Amino acid sequence: MSAPILSLRGVETRIGRYHILHGVEFDVPEGGLTMLLGRNGAGKTTTLRTIMGLWRASAGEIRFAGRDITRMSTPEIAMLGIAYVPESMAIFADLTVRENLVLAARQGPPERKRLEWIFARFSALERFWHLPAGHLSGGQKQMLAVARAIVEPRRLLLVDEPTKGLAPAIVANMIEAFRELKDGATSLLVVEQNFAFARRLGNGVAVMDDGRVAHTGDMAQFAADDALQQHLLGLGMDAHQ
Amino acid sequence: MKRDFIPLLLVPGIIIAALPLVGSSESWATLTLAGLAMGLMIFVMASGLTLTFGLMDVLNFGHGAFIAIGAFVTASVMAGLAPWLKADSLWLNLAAIGPAMLAAMAVSGGLGLAFERAIVRPVYGQHLKQILVTTGGLIVAEQLIKVVWGPDQITLARPTALRGAFLLGEIAIEKYRIFAVVIGLAVFAALSVTLNRTRIGLLIRAGVENGEMVEALGYRIRRLFVGVFAVGSALAGLGGAMWGIYQETVTATIGAQVAVLVFIVIIIGGLGSVGGCFIGALLVGLTANYVGFLAPKVALGSNILLMAIILLWRPQGLYPVARR
Ligand SMILES: Nc1ncnc2c1ncn2[C@@H]1O[C@H](COP(=O)(O)OP(=O)(O)OP(=O)(O)O)[C@@H](O)[C@H]1O
Ligand SMILES: [Mg+2]
Repeated sequence: MSAPILSLRGVETRIGRYHILHGVEFDVPEGGLTMLLGRNGAGKTTTLRTIMGLWRASAGEIRFAGRDITRMSTPEIAMLGIAYVPESMAIFADLTVRENLVLAARQGPPERKRLEWIFARFSALERFWHLPAGHLSGGQKQMLAVARAIVEPRRLLLVDEPTKGLAPAIVANMIEAFRELKDGATSLLVVEQNFAFARRLGNGVAVMDDGRVAHTGDMAQFAADDALQQHLLGLGMDAHQ
Repeated sequence: MKRDFIPLLLVPGIIIAALPLVGSSESWATLTLAGLAMGLMIFVMASGLTLTFGLMDVLNFGHGAFIAIGAFVTASVMAGLAPWLKADSLWLNLAAIGPAMLAAMAVSGGLGLAFERAIVRPVYGQHLKQILVTTGGLIVAEQLIKVVWGPDQITLARPTALRGAFLLGEIAIEKYRIFAVVIGLAVFAALSVTLNRTRIGLLIRAGVENGEMVEALGYRIRRLFVGVFAVGSALAGLGGAMWGIYQETVTATIGAQVAVLVFIVIIIGGLGSVGGCFIGALLVGLTANYVGFLAPKVALGSNILLMAIILLWRPQGLYPVARR
């Protein structure tokens, strides 16, 4: 496997009085797609927010493309080429779909070709181009949140539960889009609850439990190891649907 | 941008409803113009405050200081240019009042930058401290005004061309009110175009909704906030200048007096919404004038009552801003 584009070592995060992350360690290989799994409350969202600088790590080191980004501000981290799709989607409801994407494109107006590529997968965005994003349905907001992160090429995408509320056809489109991004120059770190989706998409996996990374490795191996999944995720029947 | 038209109907609604109550259509027309002029002056003072709250959740109780400084700076510049103000030429009058207002904006804007740096920045994210510290800033500013301009009230002479009234049939239209309406509408138009048609405006609107996400897209929201704070302070200075010339006197407490109206307006409008602030300001100005005429004794409380009624109907104000 190639050198990691992102690596976390001994990352600790505290939110107020709560100690949430207890020494998180894992890598995202360059050009890879790593799934970050774990039970509810394991610390997945907190990990992504810490990478983005939205929470400050109180100890440990986060390196991106060879640079220490642990103490950088959120805008600086974003400018290095990391895009973030938060769990809450955080689309700008008062702004139109177009305006949301215009803001996300820092290098100037979004490129026509790139937009067409996005519209081919998320056609609702083209249809509601001039509608305030607050009027979109939940799934359409999710599409917009993802589109905002990919409207320009970025080196690393951090995506928190992208399939929540999406119809199966759109989930398939999203898998296709993430695969194409990975085959381009983008690496991805994706948090996902839907294990069926996770195993189809990921090459690598990191599983969190109670603020630590309990397992890292290959997705194919992890998907084949029912006992390990049961132990780390507490998966029931629905994991193999 | 917005699809919610009901609040827009409130302004014509209140104007029409006032006609039978006031009775005489001449008085009604005069009061309406006075209300619109007052509302627009308050809008100019309030517009920046609603945006700074929206962007960074900063409660700035010191906003009145910029209003007061604007009024005093204008008074000084106008005193220096008194001969032009007294001249019987509209152009010479404007050549005096224009620089006076620009000076008010420059000094208030500059002061806003210093205020943001020294007073607001150390208490980001701490509401209680913000209230205490910015109120302290207002008190210090009032004392400084007394040191520089003396403890007594200062009179401000309106320029010749803006004194008196036109007569339109039986209706007297005070010239200065027209002037105030024109400037207020120009400020509203400039803000609307900036917010809706420019990239900076997009960033401000997005930042008011979710500053964290704006940062995650790679923009420095603090820089944006400082810029908005300075522009908002400059506009407060302009509003203070307009208000001072309207009253023809200024005292060191002008800021604190008007600030009450300013807060009512931004709460009515919905914190963070410039459109709501605009409508709220017109409602407050109109209500104050109609009630002042119909029932002078309750005039003082009428704005509080207006705010209470609107908040019962829309607890977040006329145009609640979607927050994260
Ligand atoms: N703002 C906060 N303040 C206090 N505790 C928090 C905060 N945010 C998260 N936590 C706590 O941190 C722990 C990890 O939360 P986090 O959101 O990172 O989990 P998660 O793995 O993303 O869970 P889910 O799958 O439910 O999204 C939880 O116990 C949660 O209660
Ligand atoms: Mg989460």
